[in-house]
Amino acid sequence: MAEYTIKVRRFQPESGEGPYWEQFNVDLDPSLSVLDGLLQAKDKEDGSLAVRCSCRAAICGSCGMKVNGQSTLGCKTQIGEAQEQADKMKAATGVSAAEADSPIRGEGSDLGSADNPIVIEPMGNMPVIKDLITDMESTHWTKIRRVTPWLLPHGEPPEREYVVDPESMIDITQSMACIQCGACVSSCLSMEADPGFIGPAALAKAYRFVGDPRDAETEERLHDLAEDPHGIYDCTHCFSCIDACPKGVAPMDQIMRLRRRAGEEGIEDPNSGHDHEMAFVKIIEKKGTLDESLLLQESFAPGVKGKLKPSKRAIKEMLGSIPTAIRGIKTGKMRSLPKLIPGVHHKLPGGAQDDVQAIYRHAETHNEEFNLYIKGEEGELAEDDVEKGIERSTEPAGQEASNGQ
Amino acid sequence: MPSHDVLVIGAGLAGQRAALAAAEEGVSVGIISKVHPVRSHSNAAQGGINAALNPGDSWESHAFDTIKGSDYLGDQDAVEVMTREAPEEILHLEHLGVTFHRNEEGKLGTRAFGGASAARTYYVADITGQAIMHVLYEQLMKYSEQIARYEEWFCSSLALDENGECCGVVTRNVADGSMELFQAKSVILATGGNGQVWRPTTNALICTGDGIAMAYRAGAKLMDMEMIQYHPTTLAGKGFLITEGARGEGAHLLNANGERFMEKYAPNKMELASRDVVSRAEQTEINEGRGFPDGTVALDITVVPKKRVHEALREIVLVGRDFAGVDITREPIHIKPGNHYTMGGVKTDIDGRTDIPGLYSAGETACVSVHGGNRLGANSLLDTLIFGKRSGRDAAARAKRTDYARISKQVLEDEENLVADLMSREKGSGRRISEIKLELGQTMDGKVAVFRDEAGIQEALEIVKRLKEEAKTAYIDDHGSVFNQDLIAAIELGYMLDNAECTCVAALERKESRGAQYRTDYPERNDEEWLKHIDLERTDDGPELSYSEVTITQWEPQERTY
Repeated sequence: MAEYTIKVRRFQPESGEGPYWEQFNVDLDPSLSVLDGLLQAKDKEDGSLAVRCSCRAAICGSCGMKVNGQSTLGCKTQIGEAQEQADKMKAATGVSAAEADSPIRGEGSDLGSADNPIVIEPMGNMPVIKDLITDMESTHWTKIRRVTPWLLPHGEPPEREYVVDPESMIDITQSMACIQCGACVSSCLSMEADPGFIGPAALAKAYRFVGDPRDAETEERLHDLAEDPHGIYDCTHCFSCIDACPKGVAPMDQIMRLRRRAGEEGIEDPNSGHDHEMAFVKIIEKKGTLDESLLLQESFAPGVKGKLKPSKRAIKEMLGSIPTAIRGIKTGKMRSLPKLIPGVHHKLPGGAQDDVQAIYRHAETHNEEFNLYIKGEEGELAEDDVEKGIERSTEPAGQEASNGQ
Repeated sequence: MPSHDVLVIGAGLAGQRAALAAAEEGVSVGIISKVHPVRSHSNAAQGGINAALNPGDSWESHAFDTIKGSDYLGDQDAVEVMTREAPEEILHLEHLGVTFHRNEEGKLGTRAFGGASAARTYYVADITGQAIMHVLYEQLMKYSEQIARYEEWFCSSLALDENGECCGVVTRNVADGSMELFQAKSVILATGGNGQVWRPTTNALICTGDGIAMAYRAGAKLMDMEMIQYHPTTLAGKGFLITEGARGEGAHLLNANGERFMEKYAPNKMELASRDVVSRAEQTEINEGRGFPDGTVALDITVVPKKRVHEALREIVLVGRDFAGVDITREPIHIKPGNHYTMGGVKTDIDGRTDIPGLYSAGETACVSVHGGNRLGANSLLDTLIFGKRSGRDAAARAKRTDYARISKQVLEDEENLVADLMSREKGSGRRISEIKLELGQTMDGKVAVFRDEAGIQEALEIVKRLKEEAKTAYIDDHGSVFNQDLIAAIELGYMLDNAECTCVAALERKESRGAQYRTDYPERNDEEWLKHIDLERTDDGPELSYSEVTITQWEPQERTY
């Protein structure tokens, strides 16, 4: 048993007051969950503390919440680990994860352990109804329904089962593993900017049908999701949903699969996203670090070696990028103008570029789908990689190459 | 007043399947659930669903395994219906989009499961319940014009008309606290089991026996309430489930001396004997000092090839890692028997009809009985779907031939008074709801579990009666309308106490050992006196006992060995 202080962002809609923080001291084994901590506070101190929960085993998807700012399931986060995380955050930044902008109530506020409490908030990108309970209907379920979330097979079903490639069933089982908890929606940066974005959960659900060989409307689904301005090209590729997902669904990967399928269908990517991504891949392969002077050219007029032969659309896109570039320079996010002259960009010192290329070779020889139902856990791929001196940090590279972008 | 031809209470597999089946018959359907439907506990069914669909397998073989598993307390007509209709149901689900595991030819593939004489368990990795339930929910969304969904509405009382027929239910909209009387021509109870009466349990916090208690209070008979399954592989302390699929894939059970002890108890089926047999074997090892100090034995999954574990048992890799800190592909995990399933419930016929006209029940809430004294793994999903479907159809047929009854608002007023009383109790006027729940759970797990005897059950019954009194003055903190979970917990506690009382009374009555009921004071099965169901009916003085015959069609009871 150990003592913890949890600091909960509360909102009691019938009180006429705004949200506030309340601290509770709880006493439980470090291997128990943050949800267990909340339930102890609810059981022993305040039954009005509202939190949706049911299975306690990360299966039902009820208890999506933010713990120390990270979207997750309360039942899946061990309270001991949450405390370590809060401590680490404080050590790294000098400030505790707890904000101090709202009044604090409760006994915990006077105690020493309250110094660095575990901070618990309702999920983001959703209206809060009461305490940790959010309105998922308006933000999550309406979007799930937006993607026509049921199988649309062609004609009458066969007498027995549909005979399909066994791998295809395993492939979509990854998105079937979604428990609709909303953690990915809560963490989605695109949705923060564009609340209309269909979002990671609904698009992962959409892939479940697009990837299903029994579904007969793949083409229509892809056009629908690609042509909607809030559709598959609205994802900014930030990986937040992959971090947040408690079930390994990797929603962003499912979105990338949708984009690839859309590309195969001949649908044009309005953001030139694929070319833009490949621009990074090519530049890093050649130079080791990002040479911004090449980025626009490679993104919008790829394939012409060393020469700028842009199409009409590329010219438009490049002109359109100028304000962004100027803002970038002004705010120090891009380097100064002289360094934007092609050819000035320096190379990596010593043999570092060879190491970069080794990573590329590794990624190419491991060109597989990253589906946990097929591949298993990280542990396995690590072993022989470590021998070759390649750390796990190469994984995202492998992953992206494997997504065929 | 919201009105639907058929009203389904509970939206797990049984409820959703019932709603879809009723809608197919062209009637209007409402489905009410106290949580969002996809949060329902059918999610937790990991391992799979049984059906004799392979060439060479037969429904008779499936039926026999089920009946033997039930320790001959299952009604054989009901078991026949379930096993005969199973293959068609699997294909129906596959056509709706369930991503069942395929063999190399791309056809449906199976895995082995406990108590079965053939590999006939169809599955989706180890998220079978979740995969099926989400597909059924897709269908609910698809047919939203015919099926109205009331998500996060809590039901508290059934309404009967002047002829004693069920004609509606009192509900509370959890989101705003408003209470309404819903009218219906048929009502189907599909609210799941009562696992929360025990602590620990594999069951979710929502499994508080609501439907069983509501039916009981309305005057319907309950049956086989003493039959409570303890699952052989649950995590110590937390009660989380490790799927039987693990043993189906070849995992071993070991005691602290490293012995594969099932050799002694079930030399033929070993780890894949019936659940009651395996749970008793484990508990015996633990009681006789061959368990680990934390009161457990070990489940060794390392003997299963790693790739297979990741493909087929991924969920428990996560459970091991996140909840026990164990990598199950590298080391054994400590487990023990834990409360898991309610074989008994609301007594129904093979079309889900209870003793009250217009009232149906399906799934874990109901007792048809197909599971008798012990349910086989991967038969629960099947039960929910087959009897969900059948009750949905029959409820629709009834609705077509009847009119809405005159419904009295009295039941709504009674319920409103009850809520007002709960809200008015002063803090400190009695015990906290959570304290009573904890004492109830620990009492039941201590005294009405794998091994039982008269003194222990009697003691549990006395405690339950005291807790019932204490519940009358227990207070709640939340006096608001919006998401008042405190108030709902207080009503659920009432349900749980009714469930507990019935289980104690039935367990005390059955003076033999059969299936999950093992009486150390009556260690033998006694067909002569006890090959019968115990029925319970509510009176003001507690449950009244009666008996009903076990239906036997073609399988005479014989000695049960594995």
